[in-house]
Amino acid sequence: MTVDQTTFRRALLDPEAQRPEGLGDGQGRDAGRRFDVYRNNVTVSLSEALETAFPTVAKLVGAQNFKRLAATFLRQHLPSSPLMMFYGDDMPTFLEAFEPTATIGYLPDIARLDLALRHSYHAADAQPFDPATLQAIPPEQLMASTVTLAPATRLIRSKWPVHAIWAFNTVPGAPKPTMAAQDTLILRADLDPEPHLLPAGGGAFTDALLNGQTFGAAIEAATTEDATFDLSTMLALLIVNNALTDLKD
Amino acid sequence: MSNTVKTIAVAGAVAAALAASLSAPAHAQAKEKCFGVSLAGKNDCAAGPGTTCAGTSSVDYQGNAWTLVDAGTCADIELPTMADGAARTGSLEELSRDLPA
Repeated sequence: MTVDQTTFRRALLDPEAQRPEGLGDGQGRDAGRRFDVYRNNVTVSLSEALETAFPTVAKLVGAQNFKRLAATFLRQHLPSSPLMMFYGDDMPTFLEAFEPTATIGYLPDIARLDLALRHSYHAADAQPFDPATLQAIPPEQLMASTVTLAPATRLIRSKWPVHAIWAFNTVPGAPKPTMAAQDTLILRADLDPEPHLLPAGGGAFTDALLNGQTFGAAIEAATTEDATFDLSTMLALLIVNNALTDLKD
Repeated sequence: MSNTVKTIAVAGAVAAALAASLSAPAHAQAKEKCFGVSLAGKNDCAAGPGTTCAGTSSVDYQGNAWTLVDAGTCADIELPTMADGAARTGSLEELSRDLPA
């Protein structure tokens, strides 16, 4: 008797399920207990992958709770690709509906940050253009130009102090977070991505640029969101972190 | 604000941003990979699961694991001496000391 894939898969993901009947070791001997070992390895290895993938989430809920959370997640969302580096794309939406952590409202956005850091790490390299070009062209032309940001750029807009929570749990000596909405921009100046807290209006500005709007339209969006938007601080952040990669009319 | 005024303001902000980015210590470029200074499991790498670099060093000061440090400081990081009393220093190249058995 052979075992069909559906039975095998169902039993693999349900620790309570009976192991499938008729598993053999190739020499005709019963291999049922080997299935138990395999079932355990699948769960544990995916759970460890998730813990590596979401270090801030894991730290916030604690190792024991994260294991339980991961076990529930992985049975609902198996990897869709053999490349484990991007495993967990569904984690933020999963957390939004996950009852046991429902009281930690910011957790889904923290998962988005962990995920974005990883995607930023694996994004393509790009050379920044000479920032002096911004000044070399007439301002009217600059306003009508589109500025391309490096492929490693990721924007996380949140009603929670996501950057401060990340820093408090990651950077030694970082201050305790206080309640505020924060926009975080992940930039990769050299090898590793780094989250930066955006100034007021910076979220709208970067969002517009990432959506291919002109420099002028991005400034318009930023000042509409917050009249105190400081363009020079915003631009300096992008320049220092090698994030401006192309300027087109 | 009229468009002309706005454009002039933007030109001013661009100039200020350039000045700020030039005078700021170019922290972005001023990092170097320093081998042999990380504590076990603390080596840098944000690659995530399924990769072989994230926090995988298994002994302290492992010679082939690196950490990003401020440029120019790698060889000056204070490290405990080795078991045989020889001095231990960080290096910009991979080291053959302190490898896991």
